[in-house]
Amino acid sequence: MNLIKIIKRDQPSRTIFFLTPVLAIFLTLVAGGLIFYILGFKPFEALKFFFIVPIADMYGFSELLLKATPLCLIAIGLSFCFKSNNWNIGAEGQLTFGAIVSGGVALLFYNQEGFYILPIVILAGAIGGMLYASIPAILKTYFNTNEILVSLMLVYVSKLILDYLVVGPWSNPEGFNFPETRQFSDSARLPLLAEGLRIHAGIFLALAAVVISWFIFYKTYLGFQMKVSGFSLKTAKYAGYKGKKMIILVFLISGACAGLAGVGEITGPIGQLHREVSPDYGFTAIIVAFLGRLNPVGIIFASLVVAITYLGAETAQIFMQIPKYTGQVFQGMILFFLLASDYLLFFKIKFIGSKK
Amino acid sequence: MTVDINFIGLIIASIMASSVPLILASCGELITERSGVLNLGVEGMMIIGAISGFALMTVTGNLFLAVIGAMLAGVLISTIFAFLTQTLITNHVATGLALTIFGIGISAMIGKNFVGIPGKEFPVLFGGLKDSIPFLSPILFGHSVVFYFAFALPFITNYFLKKTKIGLIVRAVGDSPDSASNQGINVRLVRYLCILYGGAMCGLAGAYLSMIYTPQWIENMTGGRGWIALALVVFSTWNPIKILIGAMIFGGLTIIQFHMQAIGVRIPVQFLTALPYIVTIIVLVVISRDSRKIRLSTPSSLGKSFYKDN
Repeated sequence: MNLIKIIKRDQPSRTIFFLTPVLAIFLTLVAGGLIFYILGFKPFEALKFFFIVPIADMYGFSELLLKATPLCLIAIGLSFCFKSNNWNIGAEGQLTFGAIVSGGVALLFYNQEGFYILPIVILAGAIGGMLYASIPAILKTYFNTNEILVSLMLVYVSKLILDYLVVGPWSNPEGFNFPETRQFSDSARLPLLAEGLRIHAGIFLALAAVVISWFIFYKTYLGFQMKVSGFSLKTAKYAGYKGKKMIILVFLISGACAGLAGVGEITGPIGQLHREVSPDYGFTAIIVAFLGRLNPVGIIFASLVVAITYLGAETAQIFMQIPKYTGQVFQGMILFFLLASDYLLFFKIKFIGSKK
Repeated sequence: MTVDINFIGLIIASIMASSVPLILASCGELITERSGVLNLGVEGMMIIGAISGFALMTVTGNLFLAVIGAMLAGVLISTIFAFLTQTLITNHVATGLALTIFGIGISAMIGKNFVGIPGKEFPVLFGGLKDSIPFLSPILFGHSVVFYFAFALPFITNYFLKKTKIGLIVRAVGDSPDSASNQGINVRLVRYLCILYGGAMCGLAGAYLSMIYTPQWIENMTGGRGWIALALVVFSTWNPIKILIGAMIFGGLTIIQFHMQAIGVRIPVQFLTALPYIVTIIVLVVISRDSRKIRLSTPSSLGKSFYKDN
């Protein structure tokens, strides 16, 4: 007496494709409430502190946009890789290296002002990210090396390079040996969008990335090639696509986006280089890319949702004395539930009334 | 001169101690990967093991219970991964990443009441023989039972994979799930069990860190060791004996770094810390260049989902 029957769908359902992220967020909230309850908090109150209090005022909302900016930018870049079946999970490293290169350039101009400085700094960040992303790409295409492990190992290397620089050669000579560089000059800083808030012009970089990627994905031959390669590498080969070129291209795009996110952080809210230029934005952006369904518009929404977990964790740390890592519990759960509900894409669950 | 020899012995012993969590986690992950499953959640499973072991030790005071509990916690958390990848056929890479992110978060949540509590002393074996033989004594005697287990594990794993029937089944499932399935082997069940076993070993590796190596709880205390363990599996070309060698090299770099700082060698610490990661990349390139070699040693279905229509 089987009450449920599972049938494989002939084709993945399109409606469910965009509904499952919503379902995943809902399930994450339920599970999160449950975890808070087990830890002895009132679940609704705890969730309120986590998801509503942080963005209840103008300042909170601007902080949300501030955190969503790098997430969105990196996730857009990653979607180029993921769509074409390239597993770049080292965006955190590309972000860090982008920050290092652009930070280095900004430090060259530390006592100068001029309209030309900021564009050079931004460009340097993008190039830094691209250079760093080219390592796993070249190793994958010419040496057949697994890009997952290489890109990941490079994350640690980049953070150590940054650490070396801010402690050693680049540390502020008047900085009492603090592990940080000089402050960048005002000309190397992204302009702020409003007085008293930290939100900066980097958000326009993210929005530009959304528009450009949308155009590439849905209106160009490259976008089509990426889609085909994502579905089946064999088909792509059969169609005669130049696989190697594409692999390198998507990694470069992805690296540039991550590098720009790094520039946004150091020339935006931070204003100098120090040890922690990113609270793991590069890793969290992987979740954002999936939650947004590798769709540029979806990624905007996803980056806002995931950015709340950063703010929520900070508020919860202050009001509920729970560690800031709690944000990661929610990030992990969102991805778990999203992947799990993907099952509904490929399989239909039918409830059959019990027969006598 | 005896003093110097003993000192070298002590350094070797400390290198071995620092490689224990790497050996345990890598050997666990190796079995998982041999069955065709790529679990990137090693770091998450280790940190769960670390907090579970430490918490159980503090609450119950029973070390044995705590170690077993940590392994069970590893099994429990890897069940999520197994259910998602095997039953719901999700992508291995994404699911593993979620597991690591989730694990780091949930361990910090559980661990918030255990920060700053001193650990307990873990009993050592053959402690009385510590000064019996110069040089060899510190290497051979006076370690925890987990230490001895870790150094036996690669050999046990090697024997299991090469000489036992179940080992053969695991390899068959990893190399050719379709033919294994046609032979009547339940591919999904085998993979489930291999994932859970990997979880148990990662849990043990975490417990070693929080209960024996540095007996205390610190948020995120695994500090990337899980990722190194993953790299080690590739480094070893899925050969357990080579894991032992790799783990000693990686553990050695960590220890040598301390000593070089102490004697004032002018190489940036960060360079030495980065060395294991750079070496892994180089090894990856070297073994991957030869596509024949990588095809011979890599489980053919690694990271690919298996779905059988009933």
